Amino acid sequence: MTPPAVFTGWGSALPSTIVTNRDLEQRLDTSDAWIVERTGIRERHVGGTVADLATEAARNALEQAGTRPEDVDMLILATTTPDETVPHTSSIVHHRLGLGGGAMDVNGACAGFVYALVAAYGSLAVGARRVLVVGADCLSRITDWDDRSTAVIFADGAAAVLIEATGGADPLHGGPGLLSHDLGIDGSAHDLLYCPHGGTLAMDGREIFRRAVRATVESATMALSRAKVAVEEIALFVPHQANLRIIEASCARLGIPPQRTAVVLDRTGNTSAASIPLALCDALGTERIADGDLLLLSGFGAGMSWASAVVRWAS
Amino acid sequence: MSDDATFEKFKSCAVEVLQVPGDKVVRDARFADDLDADSLDLVELVMALEETFDITVDEAELDGIETIGQAFDLIAAKL
Repeated sequence: MTPPAVFTGWGSALPSTIVTNRDLEQRLDTSDAWIVERTGIRERHVGGTVADLATEAARNALEQAGTRPEDVDMLILATTTPDETVPHTSSIVHHRLGLGGGAMDVNGACAGFVYALVAAYGSLAVGARRVLVVGADCLSRITDWDDRSTAVIFADGAAAVLIEATGGADPLHGGPGLLSHDLGIDGSAHDLLYCPHGGTLAMDGREIFRRAVRATVESATMALSRAKVAVEEIALFVPHQANLRIIEASCARLGIPPQRTAVVLDRTGNTSAASIPLALCDALGTERIADGDLLLLSGFGAGMSWASAVVRWAS
Repeated sequence: MSDDATFEKFKSCAVEVLQVPGDKVVRDARFADDLDADSLDLVELVMALEETFDITVDEAELDGIETIGQAFDLIAAKL
């Protein structure tokens, strides 16, 4: 059991350069209609570095919380596209913001943010008070812009949340925080989605589609079961933003209607570790989340890895 | 199970996943032209068929599947 904790701040950061489907029509044998029908994506942001985007998102979260950087005990940066092999990009972000405590990167591909969030609650359980969790990726750097199967999907962005331990009831008895989680991986699926050093992403879209739907449904169902929460009690489902068709197929199987699902990929594309917190921040910005709401977060990605969490929101 | 009964089960999956009327789900119907179904719709249909018939279809087996009849034969051969 992790201690009760609240979200005191959140923030996002997107590069200023927007690439629309119309822009891609100019350079690829594709069309706006095809991209929207197959993916739900209309435009995406590209540019910047993971350190730049993560720093901006984290700064926004700190400012909203009114928390001094030095009072943060841990920074966990979920990214699958670190700016350098060494050192970990979180060290740059930690330095730029003047954070206290330690910092580490977590690479769980598109499931990375939920992995990082679970690790953050674990940090609270061993004594940290405030943990900054950031998802940030610059997938445009490892995308072949002449490959229409991947160029229309992948993009760049970052979003952050600051969680802080609080008193009161534990999450399984009405308090805020993490009720349950489910983490898993099937490393035999390596060849479905990978990128060698210096190369670009290779993807078997059809098989990923099938596995993604099943992994999302099974993992989300496991997390709900462990939390002893019925799917009808979930106020908002925040899935990984890979493809609207995957989200719709998963929601249909889980029994979650579109009005209780967060979708941001029409404006962001697939930003890997940043996608779930970007969707979360977008939902908060449009006041779709209230204190006491139960949220279901669920991600899947290369590995193939998957991760789900049930969280009771309080700010 | 008779072929007719198997096809009826197959058809109800197709009606649900592809959201088409049952009378359009005939052997000669082409996924793209007659049922307005794209490659991801076919993947979703096969997922539903795998679960309904408790079989496994490899992704490579979907290559060249263009009609309801071809998809049905692929499934029927596994029963």
